[in-house]
Amino acid sequence: MRDFYEKEMSGCSVVGIMSEEGSRFSGDLIMKSISVMRERANGLGGGFAAYGIYPEFCHLHTFHLIFEDNRAKQLTEEYLKKSYLIEKDEPIPTRAQGSIKYPPGLWRYFLKFKRKREEGEVAFTEEDEVVRTVMEVNTNIEGAFVASSGKNMGIFKGMGYPEDIGRFYRLEEYEGYIWVAHGRFPTNSIGWWGGAHPFGLLDWAVVHNGEISSYGINKRYLSNFDYHCELFTDTEAITYLFDLLVRKHKLSLEMASLALAAPLWDTIERFPENLKSIARAIRLVYGSALLNGPFSIIVGHNRGMLGLVDRIKLRPLVAARGGDMLYISSEESGINEVSSSLDKVRQAKAGVPIIGELKCLSH
Amino acid sequence: MPISLILPEFKIERDDEKCITCQVCVRQCANDAHIYDSEEDQVYTDSSKCVGCHRCETLCPTGAISVKVNRFQSKQNANWTALVQRNIFKQAESGGILLTGMGCDKPYPIYWDHILLNASQVTNPSIDPLREPMELRTFLGQKPDKIEIDESSEEPKLITKFAPQLSLEVPILFSAMSYGSISYNACLSLARAAKKIGTFCNTGEGGLHPDFYKYGENTIVQVASGRFGVHPQYLKIAGAIEIKVGQGAKPGIGGHLPGEKVSEDISHTRMIPAGSDALSPAPHHDIYSIEDLRQLIYALKEATRYEKPVGVKIAAVHNVAPIASGIVRAGADFITIDGFRGGTGAAPMVIRDNVGIPIELALAVIDSRLREEGIRNRASIIVAGGMRSSADIIKAIALGADAVYIGTAALVAMGCHVCQKCYTGKCNWGIATQDPYLTKRLNPNIATRRLVNLLRAWSLEIKEILGGMGINAIESLRGNREHLRGVGLTAIDLKILGIKPAGG
Amino acid sequence: MKRIYIKEEYCIGCRLCEIHCLVQHSKSKKIIKAFKREFPRALPRILVEEKGYLSFAIQCRHCEEAPCIEACITGAMYRDKTTGAVLCNEDRCVGCWMCIMVCPFGVIKRNLERKKIASKCDLCQGEEMPVCVANCPNEALELRDS
Repeated sequence: MRDFYEKEMSGCSVVGIMSEEGSRFSGDLIMKSISVMRERANGLGGGFAAYGIYPEFCHLHTFHLIFEDNRAKQLTEEYLKKSYLIEKDEPIPTRAQGSIKYPPGLWRYFLKFKRKREEGEVAFTEEDEVVRTVMEVNTNIEGAFVASSGKNMGIFKGMGYPEDIGRFYRLEEYEGYIWVAHGRFPTNSIGWWGGAHPFGLLDWAVVHNGEISSYGINKRYLSNFDYHCELFTDTEAITYLFDLLVRKHKLSLEMASLALAAPLWDTIERFPENLKSIARAIRLVYGSALLNGPFSIIVGHNRGMLGLVDRIKLRPLVAARGGDMLYISSEESGINEVSSSLDKVRQAKAGVPIIGELKCLSH
Repeated sequence: MPISLILPEFKIERDDEKCITCQVCVRQCANDAHIYDSEEDQVYTDSSKCVGCHRCETLCPTGAISVKVNRFQSKQNANWTALVQRNIFKQAESGGILLTGMGCDKPYPIYWDHILLNASQVTNPSIDPLREPMELRTFLGQKPDKIEIDESSEEPKLITKFAPQLSLEVPILFSAMSYGSISYNACLSLARAAKKIGTFCNTGEGGLHPDFYKYGENTIVQVASGRFGVHPQYLKIAGAIEIKVGQGAKPGIGGHLPGEKVSEDISHTRMIPAGSDALSPAPHHDIYSIEDLRQLIYALKEATRYEKPVGVKIAAVHNVAPIASGIVRAGADFITIDGFRGGTGAAPMVIRDNVGIPIELALAVIDSRLREEGIRNRASIIVAGGMRSSADIIKAIALGADAVYIGTAALVAMGCHVCQKCYTGKCNWGIATQDPYLTKRLNPNIATRRLVNLLRAWSLEIKEILGGMGINAIESLRGNREHLRGVGLTAIDLKILGIKPAGG
Repeated sequence: MKRIYIKEEYCIGCRLCEIHCLVQHSKSKKIIKAFKREFPRALPRILVEEKGYLSFAIQCRHCEEAPCIEACITGAMYRDKTTGAVLCNEDRCVGCWMCIMVCPFGVIKRNLERKKIASKCDLCQGEEMPVCVANCPNEALELRDS
């Protein structure tokens, strides 16, 4: 689909806000937070991921699609109809914003699986099937791109400053319990709507500030497991790695962080015995998954949110708690803007994940 | 008596102004190229005996000697070169196979010299190796596809059991050079240096001398087709076992130690009669198919109670990718690929110079093939065959190797001048000989120091380059072909290597 | 005191030690001049002994109880207080060669360059390291504390 390599540049902004109790709040809050960090973006990309926004359809896979032309839309719908029933589809509501020029087609589909397992077909899970669908659309349907494919969540992104994108998508009208946002600073002047963050697969949404120098080997490692990084962005690789390590290989988020931002051998030597053998084993097996290079990422998923910085902390990330709210941001200013009473504010430590967990869900 | 048609390859020039007739050159040349005439009190030279090892030149206290290639001995001919003519003369005189030592010296393309490395700028800062740690530690062995961790209690526990691993502080090991092809002192120096640095040396086909058992932890023992020196103690002492199926310098044929080099000590270590040629047969006579190889691998694993990695060494030949795949599926914990530039103590010249393929291509296709089949994690890949510098090593790791064996480079560090006459047993530097007068010339203290220095220098260079790429752990470079670009290569070359062209 | 220790397993019989010892004790201290232009040639104080492939270079051992000092009739042989080396005062030496006869190692030489004197290793007084040790290509000679 794309034939030029669009590298992730530094200088982006990331924010994540969640309510651990599961109380929903409007997108206003996160738009306010990220607008404070306007200087970190340059107007060529912004986006949001929101969880808990489609409570009535929470059992269906919701696909947010970006179409460059009508033909792409037709081909995609034909393809989707092969494996899914489209329970509902509609254009994603937007409002005109002066700064957002020439938006592509933006649709959302609520999909239900058709029961058609053929005899002798390999036992894929539903999630594996969705992953295959997403890969297929992104790689083989010209002009179509799946922005998100999770349940009860959605990714809203495009070209523009994040707060403008937020207003464009009317995010103040949605209520979710986890919100993640990103402002982009690519130096490549041709931005495109699909290249903005967050990058999503299933219920994973990743926003990323940094550049992965190990991308070449991460990509090759992922292709062993049928994740094809066709979009030339580092963030894509990060998202697929989370899906592989956590969903398929069943590692906990802490263990996955040990793989992606592995501690130094010297540090591992000083761990207690049980943790030492685990850390060593992880480095041996997941060496090709190690993310080298500066990064700070926020990952949203159906059960919570995670913030992580690289193993020698070359990018900033701050976290704070206030009541049942967890805030993670590139800058403290982003957090201070939206909350007055904060219990704990701290800098993220190299390779140590900040984890927020949903204690219960309020539908 | 018929005269030889062979003209001298080298010309020794002596500056009479500087020569003080000290006779150091006379004593130091094992080929008797310098002769002292006591009546005349002068030293004369017989250039026809010179092999170009430069020993005399190096030791002459006044720098009076200059050893030069005798370039203009015959009319310039691009096709019928002096070397070609000389080889025919030799064969016409002897009727035998022409032997040679070290690795292929023909000007086939060296792909390392057509690959360039990346560095980070602006958007992704380089990492300063003086400030941040650079991790070169490498583990060789079988890795599982995924791991299981029991997180039910406060103290998480690892459930998955790992196959045995070799831990290396640097991704460089000393290549297989047998006691027999090289001297006792040379073997000792390699073993000591390996232990000091935290890496491994390899016994080659020569068995392991009992004096070296104490370095066993840092030794990989070879089980070759001749099974020289293979007994239970040998396997027990080792850090790992390598089944030698082939060698880059002479794919398809077995090892060869000329009788001149089989001394009492060698005969004892290899378990063969003294003075007889030690010829390893070409195939292992009990391995005629891949199932047989699998049987041997598991026989060795059983014999060592699955406590040591067992690997296989092959030469890089045309079909190397499926062969490697088969070997990995046969249960090898690591696989060594020896490219056609690999060195040897003795090999037929025609095979050394014409058989095999470059290691760069072999490595690229094997790594890609194993990844395509989803089995890359089942065995570590070690490459060998003409690694000359830290740049070659980095490029090899970026193409997909886990670690690199160095043979010729280690010998050069110890003093070798690559004269390619190892098979004569008259190595003037005390490396490829068993003559006690000559073996004294290699002081293990000095040689160990030089080897440690070499590896230290290369690891510092590797760290600098990694830092420049914005990487601080070697596993992020392994297989990361994004950091390589080709220059002056054809589209097919680029495709086989799996790298992009510079500028692309 | 610092002494020269011999490691015969590393001696390669090249005799570079003899050459450099000669140069060090020559007039010009330049190798080509010392060998080709000085007559008589200077005397090396070190000797390489060899049999078969075994060889080593031996020089004065600077014995703790030096027979040569005992035997010297003029007191030319003396021990240097700082370095502990046994030295020969050439001005006092009369060339009686009693020292040569009593030396158990045979490392004192008859020196006929100018007047008759006994010459032997002086540990290259004034140099940082004795030249035989510094120039041995295989580190077969080592200077260390005894």
